[in-house]
Formats: sequence, structure tokens, C-alpha cells
Amino acid sequence: MRLSPATSQRLAVTFLWTLAAATMGLLLFIVAFILVQGMPYVTWEFLSQSSRSMGREGGIFPMIVGTLWVAGLAVMIAAPVGVITAIYLTEYTREGKLTHVIRFGADCLAGIPSIIFGLFGFVFFVITLGMGLSVISGALTLAMMVLPTIIRTSEEAIRAVPASYRDVSYGLGATRWDMVTKVVLRSALPGIGTGIVLSIGRSISETAAVMLTAGSALRLPSSAFDSARTLALHFFILSREGISMPKAYATASVLILAILAINLTAYWVMQRFVAKAR
Amino acid sequence: MKWIVGSFLAIAAAMLCFSFCAGRNNKGRAINCIGSTSIQPLAEMLSQEFDRQHPESIVEVQGGGSTAGLQAVAENIAEIGMCSRSLKDDEAGRFRGIPIALDGLAVVVHPDNPVSNLTKAQIRDIFEGRITNWKQVGGADATIWLITREEGSGTREAFVKLVMEAKDKPAAKAGQPASAPADKAGAAQAPTQHPNHRISRKAMTQESNGAVKELVKHNRGAIGYMSLGLVKDELKILAVDGVYPSLDAVTAKKYPLVRPFLYVVKSTPSQGAQAFIDFTLSAEGQHMLVKEGLISVR
Amino acid sequence: MKEATKDKCISLTLLAVAMSAIAGLALITAFIFKEGLPIMGKVGTGSFLLSSDWYPQEGRFGIFPMIIGSVAVTIGAMLIGGTLGLGCAIVLTQFCPPRLVMFLKPSIELLAGIPSVVYGFIGVVILVPAIAKYLGGPGLSVLAASMVLGVMVLPTVTSISVDALRAVPKAYREGSIALGATDWQTTHMVLLKAARSGIVAAIILGMGRAVGETMAVIMVAGNTLNLPRSVLDPVRTLTSNIALEMGYAAGDHRKALFATGVTLFVIIMILNIIALTVSRRRARRVGST
Repeated sequence: MRLSPATSQRLAVTFLWTLAAATMGLLLFIVAFILVQGMPYVTWEFLSQSSRSMGREGGIFPMIVGTLWVAGLAVMIAAPVGVITAIYLTEYTREGKLTHVIRFGADCLAGIPSIIFGLFGFVFFVITLGMGLSVISGALTLAMMVLPTIIRTSEEAIRAVPASYRDVSYGLGATRWDMVTKVVLRSALPGIGTGIVLSIGRSISETAAVMLTAGSALRLPSSAFDSARTLALHFFILSREGISMPKAYATASVLILAILAINLTAYWVMQRFVAKAR
Repeated sequence: MKWIVGSFLAIAAAMLCFSFCAGRNNKGRAINCIGSTSIQPLAEMLSQEFDRQHPESIVEVQGGGSTAGLQAVAENIAEIGMCSRSLKDDEAGRFRGIPIALDGLAVVVHPDNPVSNLTKAQIRDIFEGRITNWKQVGGADATIWLITREEGSGTREAFVKLVMEAKDKPAAKAGQPASAPADKAGAAQAPTQHPNHRISRKAMTQESNGAVKELVKHNRGAIGYMSLGLVKDELKILAVDGVYPSLDAVTAKKYPLVRPFLYVVKSTPSQGAQAFIDFTLSAEGQHMLVKEGLISVR
Repeated sequence: MKEATKDKCISLTLLAVAMSAIAGLALITAFIFKEGLPIMGKVGTGSFLLSSDWYPQEGRFGIFPMIIGSVAVTIGAMLIGGTLGLGCAIVLTQFCPPRLVMFLKPSIELLAGIPSVVYGFIGVVILVPAIAKYLGGPGLSVLAASMVLGVMVLPTVTSISVDALRAVPKAYREGSIALGATDWQTTHMVLLKAARSGIVAAIILGMGRAVGETMAVIMVAGNTLNLPRSVLDPVRTLTSNIALEMGYAAGDHRKALFATGVTLFVIIMILNIIALTVSRRRARRVGST
């Protein structure tokens, strides 16, 4: 049987819209499910107290600090490296074997599963370099994980800077370095910012790699050499050990809200960037 | 725009400096406790109380597993290892195990399961995959779903030692029908070695007591084993060889599945570590453990 | 210093930093292989990959069931995630008013930001009991893992497919519509064909994510050592094998887990390289038109 073009059009469009609606429904369901179950337990005490008796009572303050430490340090390390790589790839070299190799390396890094990063971090940072299960081991591992994202987004942002900007600054007698730092980076900053914000999101939600490198100590980390438990790992432990479901849902709510805020920020920065570019 | 970059770099520098300086100051004082995930929450609880009473010291508790704990002690990463099974012979020579509590190993099923007593031999046959239906042990006509812990877990090793490798009357075994095909591939390739002690390949593996509990709670045909103190009242605990693991039965050693929770140290622990061990063994520490469903060693 | 020399110095410094991505990749490869390869040699690569006996306590290491598990779960995930993801990409690029795109696209990207443990958790509390109740079996299954992973790879598939579809020159679409084709005919006869290699790359990268996902899979796949016979049977994947046992492993067992990592690494690299070649070919072709 052959359908008339009009019928097949109608069928296909209905089907596709159903798929899209199902996806959106799923997203809303996941977010709503967690928030409905968890938000009643998110109180100021929950956010500001340390946890007692394995997390069954008290709050998640040490995990919030731990997450900020690990994710913050990871991005602090990855951002400069990533942006510099992007600058090199776009402004300081011509397309050739070398750029292909660097991009290939970055793309491959992007595809490696987090558990492999975890294994690597465990052998290299934790054992070989003797950093132990600590914030710094976790941060370095995560930095390697988010590096490709930062390189990619920065590269795109830098490429989007109109060539005329560069011509003008050369015309005014600027050196290449001046041109890059004073002109190109300045206009590419929002795009680079988006990449960085998204990387923070990825670091926050990572679990497997952090478990093997940053450890799971419940105490407030007082230095980068202390072990810390991140929110995602805390949620995993709470729910898997069956310690306290309300606390688990509440932790997940905090995580989801943080991710939501981060994505909105990234989106907002990007919109401003696009608006300005026009 | 400049100030954004500026402040970003400033924060980065400050954070790095702070972290490294602070790192130097703190390193020496922390007492590391690494090991069994079954003991980890208990030790965390103990360490919080200990830290509160001794503000000058810090006890840091990490999971990782019994074996990892022993390794950590051997490599001087940790001062105290936590081990949820008895030490093996070769380990007993290298480490000193300090029992901090006794834990019953509960064999658990769904609350609606009519079966309430199994012999050790029956449990073994179930976990070997030779008994596959509840009606073979007097229950309803339903498939048995096995739930086990991962290879290397102290709980699993204790279960294997206490149930799977336990010697008992051979009569019980002869009575079992040999018809149920169990673990064909494995049995064919290793006919002589460990013919009977393996947990069936069909068993679902979970990485924590909580996950085992969650699964058994939602599956009417499931059977699993877990730390007695963590069962609470959501699951049905089976009597083993006719003995229900009540507090008295476990204390009197009538219940057969009991394992020690150990702190493992090298010959002489440091002063700080010893203080923490003493605290754990003190009346107060033991009371905290008993409240979590364990049996005191005092 | 002369400007040219200074520029040269800066350039070299930047190059040094830029090599860090390569250095990272090399380090990871070196360390994983160093830890994992010896045991593969000891057991024999063939029997390591093809034997189904995983009894670490007895020194028997065979990861065949885990390989099958990973493959089964990945295929399932791609059927679900690929369909949904591609569907969303087509809707976003072809049928959706721009205002709605502004809302839909970030929402789908948000789906990528949700931590994998949250997906796994929802799988455990909602999906697994539902499967056990309505379809039978223990609930923890290939199906459950595929569904959870399907949702997780959806954003990857969507965003790369959207890029591929947007890269198709406008003239293709306009030409097709001008010839009297309907929107749908244009989409599946012209646009999907033109964007084919990009979409293939999207699917392959999605597969990479599905193969590599860990925490969510541990929670919903059941992790048995047995080979699955149906989609309702539980399985163990390569990643869950590593994450489950790593904490406890010592000696050869630990090395065998690293060897599992090596296997996973090789699979991922092959997928990556296919995806990169496919998308590069596309770039060249688009460049020449």
C-alpha cells in the first residue's frame, strides 16, 4: 500500500511531534519527580549544617563545599589550558598535520568514558603522584575530562570573531599577541564563558571518576589534599546504601537546581553573545 | 571585560595558594580509616563523636572495601583498615585485627514470602543455582531471584565462608535432586576445583547493603543476604537451621552466620589511632554500635 | 627583544600548552595499558575476551558476558535514544517555529546536564518495578538499562544531528519544495540523505556514550555474570564490572579490571575514530560544494 504524500506527511509530522513531546515530557517528569519529593526537605539547616550519623541527619554543607572545591579547581585548571589551546589552534598556526593531531587528541579525550578517567586518576594522581584520595586528585582528573569541551567551545567562539577585527588591529600596528589578547579574546569572551559554565555543570554531575579519585569522606575538606565527597556521590551513597531517602531526594533537588541554574546562565551568556554579534 | 578575566585569575591564584598552603599544615594530623563499606558508616558516626570530644585530632573515614582497606594499611596510606570478615591466614600474620563488634549476616526475603526457615544446605543449594523455585523449599510456585554482593566484598566473603564452603552433614546434599542444571559452562571447565562453592552466575550483583535491601523489598521471589543491623523491619529475615537471628541468639552464638567487624592495624598504631580504637571499644562507642543493631564485643 | 622573536616565543609556549590534550590522552592510554596488558598476556588475550568464566578469587578472568552485555545494552539504547534523538533533531530543524526552538533546544541540552546517578535512581525507583510488574522478570534488565541509557544519549544524538541538518545548504530544501514535494518528502528524501554522514557520526558518538556510561548502568542492569537470553534478563556491562569490583580488588583481580578498562578503551577509540572519519569526510564534501 502506498500512502499519498499528504497522508504520509501528516503521519510523519504527528509521529515526530510525538517523539519530541515525549522527550520534553520525560525531562519535565524527571525534574518534577525529584523536586516534588525533595524540595520539602531542602531547608536552610539542610544547606548549612554538616551531616550527622552517616548523612541520615543534618545537612549537606560539607558536600556543597566539596563539590565547589572539586568542580571549581577542575575548571580553574582546565580553562586556561583549554583557552590557550584554542588560541594556538586558531590564531597561531595554519591548518595542518599538527592541528589535526591536536584536535584528534581532544576529540578522543571527549569520548573516553568517565570510569576510565577514574581508573587513570586513581593510578596516576592518587597512587603514582602520591596525592591520595583528595580534592586535588579529583580536580585534576575532572580537568582532563572537561578540557575538550573548553577547547571546542573556545575555538568556535574565537572563530566567530570577524576577520575584519584582526585586520584593523594589525592595521593599527598591533602585534599578534596584542591583537589576540586585546581584540579577539575580548569579543570571544562570552562564548568562552559558555563553555566554561557548561564544564562546571559537567564537573558537578560527574560521579564515577570522582568516586575513584576524590574519595568519599564526610568531613568538611580543609585543604586540597583532603578527601571530599561531592553532591552527586553523596546522593549515590545515600540512595544506594538506603541511608535516608528524604535526604537523598533533597540532595538530588539541590543538584538539579544547581544544574538548572548553570545551564540557564550559560544560555543567557550565549544569547547575549549572539545578540551582540548581530 | 578585563575585570572578569582579572577576577577570574585572582580567584584561581588565591584558591591554588590556599589549597597548597593549607595542605601542608594539615597533613600530619589526620588519622586515615579505609575499608569495608559495611563498617564505613559506623566508623563515620564514631569519628564524628570522637572528633567532637577531641578537637585536636581528625579521623578521616573512607570506603573502598575490606581488601582495599588491608592494602591501604600495608602501604601506609591508612593507619586503620576496616574489615568486615575474619582475616585470612596469610593476612593474620601481617596485620593485627581488633574486633570492634559482631554482625549477624541476615538471609532476607520479601515480607510476603511464606518461607521462614531454611537450612544452611538449602541456602547453599539456592545460591549455587540448584534450587530454582520456591516450591522446592516449601514456598509458593515462584522463581527464585538471587541477589548477591560483588566479588571481594567482605559481606560476600563472609557469606561464602559461612554458608557456601561450610561443612555439614553430607546427607542433606544427597537428598537434593541433581536434575537442575547449574552453571553448566563453569562446571564443565572446572570439574574438580571448587565444584560446589560458587555462587550461581545468574545471581544479580549489587554493590551495597542498601541496594540489596531495595531489590529484595520490591521482588517477591528475591533472596539476598546483608548485614543484620541494616535490615530494620522492611524485609523478612529467615531463620537459619531453625535459629532466628534475634539479639540473644546472635550473642549466644547459636545463630550460625556471624562475622566480626575488625579494625586492622600494623603492629603498633600511633597515639592518635590508638585513642580512636580505644574510643570505639569504650562503653560509649560500643553503645553507639549496639544502637545500630550490632553486637558488642565487650 | 625583537617583535618577531617575541612572537616566536609566544607561539612556542602556546604550542606547548596546546599539546596538553595529546599529552593527557597519551598518559591515559599508557597508564591503562600498563596496568591492564600484563594480565591479558598472562591469561591469553583470546581467553580473556572469549571465556565466560569470571571467578576472580580463583584467578579465572573472562569478560565475554560483559562484552555481550555492553553490546546488548548499547544496541537497545541506540534504538531508543537514536529514534528519539533524531526525531527531536528533525522537529527542531524542520517543523518547529523558531520561538519554540529557543525553548526546546536548551531543554534538551538540560537533559544532558542531569547527573547520571539521578537517571539511574529514577530507573531504580520507577522503571525497574514497572518492568517487573508488567513484563515479568526481575526488573533489572537489558531493557531497563537500554531505556535509561537511551534517554541519556538522546541529547548527544540530537545536538550533533541538529548541527548536521543545519549544515545542509538551504538551496536543497528550497529546490525540493519548489518541485512540489511535501515537507516530509523533502526531509526524508533530501535533507536526511544530505546530512547522512553527520547523523551517522551523531549515532556513533551516542554509542560511545552508551558503552561508557557507568553509574546509571550499575543501578539498573542487575550485573549478573550470565549471558542474557532476552531483554528482560539482567546483564553486566564492561563499565559496571570495573566500578563494581574496583574498590575491593587486589593483585591480579585489579589488573584484570584494568584489562577490562583496556577493552572498553579500545572499543571507544574505534567508535571515536569511525565517527571522526565520517564527520571529516562530510566536512570535506560540504567544503567542496
